[in-house]
Amino acid sequence: MQNNVKITNSINEFRQDFAIIANWVKFGSKVLDLGCANGELLQFLRESLEVKGYGVEKDDANLLACLQNGTNVIQMDLEDGLSGFEDQSFNTVILSQTLQAMHNTEEIVLEMLRVGQEIIVTFPNFGYWRNRAQITAGHMPVSKALPYQWYDTPNVHLCTINDFDEFCKNHNIDILERRVITDGKEVSFLPNLLGSLAMYRLKAK
Amino acid sequence: MQEINSIGIVAPQIAHFSAPLKLKSGESLPQFDLVYETYGTLNADKSNAVIICHALSGNHHVAGKYQESDKYPGWWDNLIGPNKPLDTNRFFVIGLNNLGGCHGSSGPVSINPATNKPWGSAFPILTVEDWVNSQARLLDHLGITQLAAVIGGSLGGMQALQWTIAYPERVRHALIIAAAPNLTAQNMAFNEVARQAIITDPEFHGGDYYAHGVVPRRGLRIARMLGHITYLSDDAMGEKFGRKLKDTIKYGFDVEFEMESYLRYQGDKFAGEFDANTYLRMTRALDYYDPALPFNGDLTAALKNVTAQFLVLSFTSDWRFSPARSREIVKALLDNERTVSYAEVTAAHGHDAFLMPDAHYHAILRTYLSNIDTGCGHAK
Repeated sequence: MQNNVKITNSINEFRQDFAIIANWVKFGSKVLDLGCANGELLQFLRESLEVKGYGVEKDDANLLACLQNGTNVIQMDLEDGLSGFEDQSFNTVILSQTLQAMHNTEEIVLEMLRVGQEIIVTFPNFGYWRNRAQITAGHMPVSKALPYQWYDTPNVHLCTINDFDEFCKNHNIDILERRVITDGKEVSFLPNLLGSLAMYRLKAK
Repeated sequence: MQEINSIGIVAPQIAHFSAPLKLKSGESLPQFDLVYETYGTLNADKSNAVIICHALSGNHHVAGKYQESDKYPGWWDNLIGPNKPLDTNRFFVIGLNNLGGCHGSSGPVSINPATNKPWGSAFPILTVEDWVNSQARLLDHLGITQLAAVIGGSLGGMQALQWTIAYPERVRHALIIAAAPNLTAQNMAFNEVARQAIITDPEFHGGDYYAHGVVPRRGLRIARMLGHITYLSDDAMGEKFGRKLKDTIKYGFDVEFEMESYLRYQGDKFAGEFDANTYLRMTRALDYYDPALPFNGDLTAALKNVTAQFLVLSFTSDWRFSPARSREIVKALLDNERTVSYAEVTAAHGHDAFLMPDAHYHAILRTYLSNIDTGCGHAK
């Protein structure tokens, strides 16, 4: 499943994960991006793959940004589930670096599997060695991927790649593909130790 | 002094239609007038027109003033004008009074050409569908094939939705604000109480009070007081009036609380300027609107043929047209894979919020409207 999407430098610099996501999304397909922020991923997928995209976003300022750049945006709180969306009504449902900030983590993944034929979940790998090193040194990790202090972080459900693999196994979720990235480069050796960002393409078994 | 960005002095116009309008009820209006106002300039290819559909008590005077000394401008003046969210430098905006109204369009107060007397109870009961059909006739009259947008709040939002269903090829964008795909039983119940207040007023005379030289003021006043309660949230009323007294408790039934003073003032004002027969008909149009009904309640099926792009907007504290009802419209549009965005605006004012100049609300409308292409057939 290779789209060979050409990644412009500007996007490559700040969201390496976009390239991988773009290669997982089919041309002209229907995509739902949960926690779509200012709509930049959908805009990128629209321009590169002509997807029919919708974003879900809670924040007022992000909603305005989406309207500004012509992204279809539905304002709602993901913690309430996806009740406005029919079963299997999207080719792909994406949750990009938002899983760790969800309270109803388990529910949102199951809801995504209900609404999407395939889902993409990405999250910062808490098992990354730099995080482990900071904890060993006696501190909560603070990094580019986890830029918050313990007292102001929105992240409530951080996990490691091993944890998420186990989650998928326990929930009958088929891991179609897993890619791990550190500093814009793919990691295949000891991913749970050397990988900073974990990316999964999944479907219900 | 003229307010900055005001459209300034405006004047209403009347369009007369001599071909009959067939109504949903089976009756037909042999001829009719529509009073309307326009703001801004219609461009050469007539592709920048926006129609404003009014709610229960609204009319064609949407923006500007008739003369400098007018105390208030049109009812949605905060939205419409040069450089306002609905920018009259770009758009040609049309406001009209719906049929059955009491501000100049044919209605119960106007003269029935067949009898040379006010229509009164004989004026037919119109539906949202009928209104939209009459509005389409107005567009024909103005030579406008396709609207850049239709905008409406509350009952006006229902008309905006109906526009996209009845005339998909004539609407590029629909802005549906604080509306619902139909009324809930509770919502209709408020209408029934309002109507009963009017109909049981001894001066109603079966709707033909004009001949008796009276109006059912008491009934209309109570109907409006009830309406105002439902347009505000509990919090907004609490904040505005709380339990504040005008003076002291007097152990009687005159106005003692500020809230009572407000309701009576609103009721009296309304009863002095609005027509009871129109009020009855407007609430009935609300009750009857249900585009999903012919599809066994399936709104998705009802919206299958819409092609417009949508902005659906609701207010968190609106309990008469709650966000959940707007989300039903959004869901039906999503099911049909239509272009739609949905904003749920945090606001304390209840249903009334749609008329308030809240900064975020207006930023949403401004942003959405500024993205609308005013060139024909090139909607973004």
